[in-house]
Amino acid sequence: MRYVKPESYEAASALLAAEDGIARILTGGTDVLVMLKAEMVEPDLMVDLKHLPGMHDIAAEDGGFRIGAAVSSAELGEHAALKAMWPGVVEGAELIGSTQVQNRATIVGNLCTASPAADSVPGLVTANAVAWLHGPHGTRDVPVVEIPVSPGKTMLAKGEFITSIYLPARPVGASDAYLRFIPRTEMDIAVSSAAVSLELDAGGTITAARVAIGAVAPTVRLVADAGAAIVGTKLDDDAIAALIAATEAACSPITDKRGTIEFRTKTAGVLAKRAAHIAYSRAGGKT
Amino acid sequence: MKMIPVETTINGDQTEFLCNADESLLDVLRDRLGLTGAKEGCGTGDCGACSVMLNGRVVCSCLVLGVETQGAEVETIEGMADGETLHPLQRVFIEEAALQCGICTPGILIAAKSLLAKNPDPTDTEVRYWLAGNLCRCTGYDKIIKAVQKAAAEMRAA
Repeated sequence: MRYVKPESYEAASALLAAEDGIARILTGGTDVLVMLKAEMVEPDLMVDLKHLPGMHDIAAEDGGFRIGAAVSSAELGEHAALKAMWPGVVEGAELIGSTQVQNRATIVGNLCTASPAADSVPGLVTANAVAWLHGPHGTRDVPVVEIPVSPGKTMLAKGEFITSIYLPARPVGASDAYLRFIPRTEMDIAVSSAAVSLELDAGGTITAARVAIGAVAPTVRLVADAGAAIVGTKLDDDAIAALIAATEAACSPITDKRGTIEFRTKTAGVLAKRAAHIAYSRAGGKT
Repeated sequence: MKMIPVETTINGDQTEFLCNADESLLDVLRDRLGLTGAKEGCGTGDCGACSVMLNGRVVCSCLVLGVETQGAEVETIEGMADGETLHPLQRVFIEEAALQCGICTPGILIAAKSLLAKNPDPTDTEVRYWLAGNLCRCTGYDKIIKAVQKAAAEMRAA
């Protein structure tokens, strides 16, 4: 394996595009080095990107935040303004692994590993987050929801990598939340998960809502019907019932050692309900 | 395979070593530098026995490449005591018998020290969550939590 620290984004994409063997990108390393150790992948080329400009920055931009691809989960949690605006995104990132792992793991790595159970991805999806891609043919913006295409696979072209993620601005009276089910209290992989992001008017009625679910489909899934089910409401019982029904209808999980199809579907609905209540309360709504 | 020269700072000392591209920091510390305090438990970032400080943050050295530490500051358990004087955490762990076989202890001490630097007066729950990535198969954790709290109290009073 060759280890390279390219001098620029352009050099990095040229290097990745020219590699005939297996190439991997290193930022936090908490997935790629585990795969290396387990001999699940034997890369010919390891490209370290975390020294490049902007990689470690959390920068205010157009009312939102741009997060560099090498920013760790711990750094997200330490950023008060980001946490205040997007608490659900940050709590997802802070559920990834142990203290040690959170000091290295990145949301971009979590996204590119493309696990259906990735804890930071549902929150990014409900946040309408956009990944900025750098490739041999230039740069482009891609919504986070479109990045994973199947377990372990992304839509990134050869030579392309994500340099940052943009979390947009949001109005007053808006918030989000993320919840997962695991059979213990810490350090486990989600059996099912849900994120909810919503906006309220001055009277506490929901004016916009996005719901995403994890570990219940081949990729994290945005559930438009579930968001629509609570718009125009204050999360009354009927709205919650409709939210749960739409969430369950969007689940197509597998049965494995972590949970059955039935269990995953049921808990995804419950988690969506609870995350909606938390997001509503954080946004200033009173039920 | 071509060896790569790396210059880093370990426990305050300028250090140079040669390693392979795919060699972990843990293997470099143990096999090339003779710093065998950090242990390999799982080798996949689950057990925390290999915990070291990298640029001021606690990490699993099995999930860091040696070559990544070029220009970095690394602190290991070997740098924790001040000469013959043990760090309060080390001394209290012995006094309170917060270890049995001792394999997890260097990692737990490194992680606990990083917690107390950030939060000198943690709750038991905060200690347990912070140390969730440091597995101990002997003690049942109770004595570890108590020792961390006792050392924390002593350090606050100092």
